[in-house]
Amino acid sequence: MSLTATDIRNLCLSALALGICALLPFGDNGYWLGLGVTIAMFTALATSWALFSGPTHYISLATAAFFGVGTYVTGLGIETLPFWALVILAGGIGAVLAALVGLATLRLSGVYFVIFTLGLAELVRQAITWVQNNSGQKGLYVLTDLDEAGIYWWLLGLTALVLLGGWMIGRSRLGFALRIIGDDETVAAHSGINTARAKVLLFMVPGAVAAMTGAILAPRYVYIEPSLAFAPILSFQVVIMALLGGASRLWGPLVGVIPFTFLLEAVSSNFPNQTTLVIGIAFLVIVYLLPKGFVGLLDAVLHRINKTGAV
Amino acid sequence: MASSVLSLRGVTKRFGGLVAVNAMDFDVAEREVVGLLGPNGSGKSTTLNLVSGALPLSSGSVSLWGSRISGLPAQTINRKGVSRTFQLVRLLASMNVRENVVAGAVFGHRRRWGRDAYDHAEMLLEKVGLGGKGDMALGQLTYIDTKRVELARCLASDPKVLLLDEWLAGLNPTELQIGITLIKSLRDEGRTIILVEHVMDAIRSLCDRCVVMAAGAKIAQGTPSEVLSDKEVIRAYLGDDDA
Ligand SMILES: Nc1ncnc2c1ncn2[C@@H]1O[C@H](COP(=O)(O)OP(=O)(O)OP(=O)(O)O)[C@@H](O)[C@H]1O
Ligand SMILES: [Mg+2]
Repeated sequence: MSLTATDIRNLCLSALALGICALLPFGDNGYWLGLGVTIAMFTALATSWALFSGPTHYISLATAAFFGVGTYVTGLGIETLPFWALVILAGGIGAVLAALVGLATLRLSGVYFVIFTLGLAELVRQAITWVQNNSGQKGLYVLTDLDEAGIYWWLLGLTALVLLGGWMIGRSRLGFALRIIGDDETVAAHSGINTARAKVLLFMVPGAVAAMTGAILAPRYVYIEPSLAFAPILSFQVVIMALLGGASRLWGPLVGVIPFTFLLEAVSSNFPNQTTLVIGIAFLVIVYLLPKGFVGLLDAVLHRINKTGAV
Repeated sequence: MASSVLSLRGVTKRFGGLVAVNAMDFDVAEREVVGLLGPNGSGKSTTLNLVSGALPLSSGSVSLWGSRISGLPAQTINRKGVSRTFQLVRLLASMNVRENVVAGAVFGHRRRWGRDAYDHAEMLLEKVGLGGKGDMALGQLTYIDTKRVELARCLASDPKVLLLDEWLAGLNPTELQIGITLIKSLRDEGRTIILVEHVMDAIRSLCDRCVVMAAGAKIAQGTPSEVLSDKEVIRAYLGDDDA
């Protein structure tokens, strides 16, 4: 479909917003830049997560698995390959891994999928720990000259790619197929949609993006080990942020990422041991009060305004 | 018989110990409207499910234009030109009326996309009597209109074979006449139709031939007047005591 004037305006505005975000490292190199890295990272993760889970309603807890694999790609390859090649390689490995997981699990119903994806991160982590124990190696040093600003720009670039890709998928046959599948899988199959293939294809997107995010962030950790790279909490944070914003729109997760990052930041600097508690409470709040996230709230408010306006 | 579009041979479906469809054999010729009749629970919907690929067969085979389609997934069967409606209407809740119809046009037998798909959907909405309602939400529709949306979605891929599961059920007399005229027009377009139906008026005025099922098996076939006066059919509908 061709671009309308609104499309072009939105694209220009988004490009402008990204351009402004790219200026952040020139203004601040400490606290705010660190926050910027976190926000960019979670925006890429949560937006790509919602691309798949929004329409299909499959809750994936595999983010940590793909992310961890990505950090290890950088950790193992940094001596031999240029950084950009590692990021691309991580994306490829993440996509292939996601395809395998998808083929194995997406025929299952939702509950089994959740458990499987949660187990996956643990499985990969245990496997790497086992290899490391047997080879006598504890962790990996990632030494690069990439500084915080560099990492931020890489993540911002990835976020831009995810948003652009998500926008294009939303307009594609694949995106439309996923919406139909999300509404009624039987109707989808009876309308000629290869439902398994559509789901696997789209599940590859968050897999690739999470692995690339891990690859980009590896230099920030300097020293990586399995418990850090495959921390399961990451998967939960991504789900909560995406749902808080709302997974039904492309920009929904972003609306969840920003306030949640600030909240976590405030909590972890004042009550360092209570972050898990905050995540738990946030989860309850979303489930009970904002089941469709901020996006759903906004829709409801707009709907009410329209109604009263029409009367 | 002329070239048969659809042939069922020994089609059987078991659910655990229950044989819901038992060795069904019948053919449907091109442009024929075949009524599939039978009392409640006799296996009519299950038979359609086996043809459309919604359920796998326990044994037997289904062929379309002489090539086997049983065992293929529903999406492949749909792409070969078989499209269906459901006894309990199934619509896409997050989409408006028009998008529901477009959904049928994009991936099926004949594929359209973009403007083309939307124009096609608009034309079909007009045809099923929903002209001007494309922007409506599903919640605003009456029961017959939800059935119309489903039929339009089903037609959107330009299917050669239509499977309609009690599409006329629940309509009032005026709506019924409109529905019958609509289905006639589909046959006149060259489509082949299997109709699961209880409404006698509809059966008499639409069906070239009927196949009657009872307890999973075929008990009669022939023209509507033949089967409706058949002893065994009457017994199946009214119970043993009355015959
Ligand atoms: N998925 C299923 N699992 C188990 N049993 C089933 C299933 N689908 C249908 N049945 C059983 O198979 C038998 C035939 O059901 P079917 O829906 O095909 O009947 P029908 O002829 O369409 O009846 P109706 O006129 O009420 O729609 C019934 O006894 C039903 O309970
Ligand atoms: Mg039925």
